[in-house]
Amino acid sequence: MTASRLATGGNAIDRSRPIRFSFDGATVEGFAGDTIASALLAGDVAVVGRSFKYHRPRGIWGAGVEEPNALVDIGGPRATPNTRATTEPARDGLVAKSVNATPNALADRNAFLDRFARFIPAAFYYKTFMWPDWHRFEPRIRAMAGLGTVDAGWTSPDTADQINHHCDLLVVGAGPAGLAAARLASGAGLTVTLVDDQQNPGGALGHRAGEVDGKPAAAWIAETVAALASAGQLILPSTTAFGIYDHNLVGLNQRHLDGRPDTLWRVRPREIVLATGAIERPLPFANNDLPGIMSADAALAYLRRHAVLVGRCIVIATNNDSAYDVAVALAEAGAEVTLVDIRRDGTPAAPANVRLATGRALASASGRLRVDGVTLDNATRLDADCVLVSGGWTPTIHLFGQAKGKLAWSDARAAFLPGDPVDGITVAGAAAGAVSLSDVFAGVGKAFAGQANAATPRSTGLEATGGILPAWPMPGSKGRIWIDYQNDVTVKDVELAARENFISVEHLKRYTTLGMATDQGKTSNLPGLALMAGITGRTVPEVGTTTYRPPFTPVPLASFAGARVGELMAPVRRLPLENAHRANGAVFQEYGGWLRPAHYGGNADAERSIADEARRARQSVALFDGSTLGKIEVIGPQAAAFVDFLYYNTMSTLKPGRCRYGFMLSENGVVFDDGVLVRLDEHRFVVSCSSSHVTAVYARLEEWRQDRFGRDAVYIHNATSDMATLTVSGPNARKLLETLDLGLSLDDADLPHMAVGHGTYAGDEIRIARVSFTGDRSYEISIRADRAEPLWAQLRQAGKALDAVVIGLEALMILRAEKGFIVIGKDTDGTTLPHDLGVEGPRAKRQSEFVGRRSLFTEEASRDNRMQLVGLTVPQGEAPLPTGAHGIKRIDGRLRSQGFVTSSYQSPTLGRPVALGLIERGAARHGEAIDIQNLGKISKATITAPCAFDPAGDRLHA
Amino acid sequence: MQLFPCPFCGPRDETEFHYGGDAGNIRPDGAEMPIDRWAGYLYLRTNPKGTAREIWVHMTCGEFFVMERDTVSHKVLSSAALDGEHAA
Ligand SMILES: [Zn+2]
Repeated sequence: MTASRLATGGNAIDRSRPIRFSFDGATVEGFAGDTIASALLAGDVAVVGRSFKYHRPRGIWGAGVEEPNALVDIGGPRATPNTRATTEPARDGLVAKSVNATPNALADRNAFLDRFARFIPAAFYYKTFMWPDWHRFEPRIRAMAGLGTVDAGWTSPDTADQINHHCDLLVVGAGPAGLAAARLASGAGLTVTLVDDQQNPGGALGHRAGEVDGKPAAAWIAETVAALASAGQLILPSTTAFGIYDHNLVGLNQRHLDGRPDTLWRVRPREIVLATGAIERPLPFANNDLPGIMSADAALAYLRRHAVLVGRCIVIATNNDSAYDVAVALAEAGAEVTLVDIRRDGTPAAPANVRLATGRALASASGRLRVDGVTLDNATRLDADCVLVSGGWTPTIHLFGQAKGKLAWSDARAAFLPGDPVDGITVAGAAAGAVSLSDVFAGVGKAFAGQANAATPRSTGLEATGGILPAWPMPGSKGRIWIDYQNDVTVKDVELAARENFISVEHLKRYTTLGMATDQGKTSNLPGLALMAGITGRTVPEVGTTTYRPPFTPVPLASFAGARVGELMAPVRRLPLENAHRANGAVFQEYGGWLRPAHYGGNADAERSIADEARRARQSVALFDGSTLGKIEVIGPQAAAFVDFLYYNTMSTLKPGRCRYGFMLSENGVVFDDGVLVRLDEHRFVVSCSSSHVTAVYARLEEWRQDRFGRDAVYIHNATSDMATLTVSGPNARKLLETLDLGLSLDDADLPHMAVGHGTYAGDEIRIARVSFTGDRSYEISIRADRAEPLWAQLRQAGKALDAVVIGLEALMILRAEKGFIVIGKDTDGTTLPHDLGVEGPRAKRQSEFVGRRSLFTEEASRDNRMQLVGLTVPQGEAPLPTGAHGIKRIDGRLRSQGFVTSSYQSPTLGRPVALGLIERGAARHGEAIDIQNLGKISKATITAPCAFDPAGDRLHA
Repeated sequence: MQLFPCPFCGPRDETEFHYGGDAGNIRPDGAEMPIDRWAGYLYLRTNPKGTAREIWVHMTCGEFFVMERDTVSHKVLSSAALDGEHAA
């Protein structure tokens, strides 16, 4: 091949703006408007990459999204692997590298692999490297095979925009069909969005000659675009509609030429026109993958758009009419052209200055790093520096297929066309099987009949007949005939698949990887399944197609991520007092979606900080930010009946001003949440559920409210974030609160344990609940979240005289474990029933209905060997048990699990470890020794009651 | 992505909704309820091919409603508030 840039022409390039970029370390020159591929062709670069498996040299095949060979890794701040050189605009200073080639595409050191090709058929690696273990060989094999490389250290300097968009009509494809449809719809008053993956509108009109409405195509395109723009319609160039999802949501990925990240569009159109064109197919002959063998239509595109003549001595092989225009144009541009048509009869006349051989096909191509000639099926040898092929056209109906559109086989087109219509989708132009421009416009006119007033465009030129003689790959063919260039699948691989009975199209795909590469088989799927049809004596529609799935072309993950990266990927909920905690040296961690202080005193020696906090909390008084605690209000005439139904425990007997601890169960009886219910008055309760369960509990309350009680019976308000909750706990808790003016009596007669009182602080109403998760006298003060900071500051200031300590969640976990207080989901699992936790009363006595009730009386719930909550102690001087370690017992010579450790801490107050666990029959085994196994090591423990500290509960009132 | 019609808010993306179970799966009350009926309420689902009547909740407004949809074509056939009092 000796490709070159012509001195004039090229409707896409701007010769006044030369550019330079680097490919495999060499400088490539081009013009603004070039793609990487057109610039490489202009510089006569034949080998642009190495194939996936055999490291065969590969050249540019196409001029668009279908490109299987010319993939490049783009470097720099917008680094992107496996980019199609045929669609990537050439930019000044761009750095591109060929894929799967070391050190470069021309001199690849793994090229030797091709000599062993006949020993590496489909599935070779998996079949061969089974012993002793595939994973021993996998890394080296993976390093030799594959395409582009990802720089693991690369991070995006910025994030992609995402746009939600609505319109009456979305037109995909700005070729003649799309432009005509958009203009008709616009004239009818619809809001239209027109997208096209090319930089310039026009589609095939950009390189196929023709007149529309008596004007040159270029003028008609410009006029149509101007009319759409002046009507305020949205036109998005360089934008690919990559997927149609449920209810016709369309995903678009928009490229930007100024270095910004791509933009993702989610479009909800009322109607969609798919004017996505068609893709030219290769022809089957030996060595049909050599550099210099290209799509005939692509050669015409490079000539007309970029003024690149792809060769001097060109053989064009075809089975249809569309290659004749290409032959004419190349001959006019000065190339010596031989046209080889597989059809014996009914071909168009030989164009001027073109040699035509009819009834002949190519048998093979020759050449080492680029094609140097072909041999016909009658053994005639023709020299050529470029071979163009046209195996017919495959309508681009991927989006129609994604929308669950059924395909219909057309013998006349030798292709699948859109079958029964899909609601809201019209397929137009070449995608619908139209061949000539007048067919295209007639089809669009029909689709808009009755809607649009404007006349359908009329065309002259481009009136190909569409005549085609199928030329599918044949079983038993001589030589190596490529079907899927990108994944290195040959005729022999498909034959092997058929021999091993992988004849279903889905099996064929997975066994040979046909169509599974980044190009998704745009040029290879139909030839592949036609070959399988030939091997198995079926028709092409009997073999069928694989499922069309998004994306149509690769979409950067950055587009899907948008702004949801880093902290925004899963945003944490934040405490109103976060800044105060930070100033106080808090170390934050995420707990159940909340960012909370784990402990204070900075990162150094966290363990000692936590132990200090837990010890000092028992000595005098501790301050803790419990703002995340649930505060869901249940209000209304049936509020009492409602909480009775939702809770395991009877709650309607609770007196106003009092609190009660209880469980909420799931309908399968499993404990879902525990917490305190506060009764403010006759018809008003506050559900104080666990911090991490607030959303789920709220949803559950709403469900039962709406499904069982009715919207007027109760009203539910999640006030969790409205108020901050500051907890004061410890023997000196009351003494500390008495130094503040809280506007209520703290006397135990007025505010006993499990009572709630109302006061004021600095003019704001506050609620004080005497509820304890530490086992010590505790006050939970709830105050408007935005007024909490002065109260917190004053508590800390006043606490200094009492040696108060501010504690984080880790210390609180130790304090509650000392008391045997559970955390649902940590000390319970998805099988734990309330009586497993020692709360038997309601199950035995309750007469009224409640959630989960019936499940507490099943055979399973009544087993006598259920896992029950226990405490576990270890012999003096030993370290804490590992959480998750199993209690074990040898039964009939085999080790059996008896349950496991759920919580385990070193208690600084007791000076020994404390642990909780779920152990089989545990409630009846207090005092019994048990073996605990962790990672093969066995240690001893003793089963005890869960509470290890102040079992009588005296400290609650001390 | 599907568009579901919340009877209270209008059409919204499916990501705003949670599935709530089969419509008409009436809870059988009582500790003496035959275990088969209780198990059926808890675990048996009709999983129809075609028209399904389901409970959904629109998470952003918190309202539960009944939606009829086709499980094959994903067409939404109707949606109504649970007790009908606010049905649009
Ligand atoms: Zn809603």
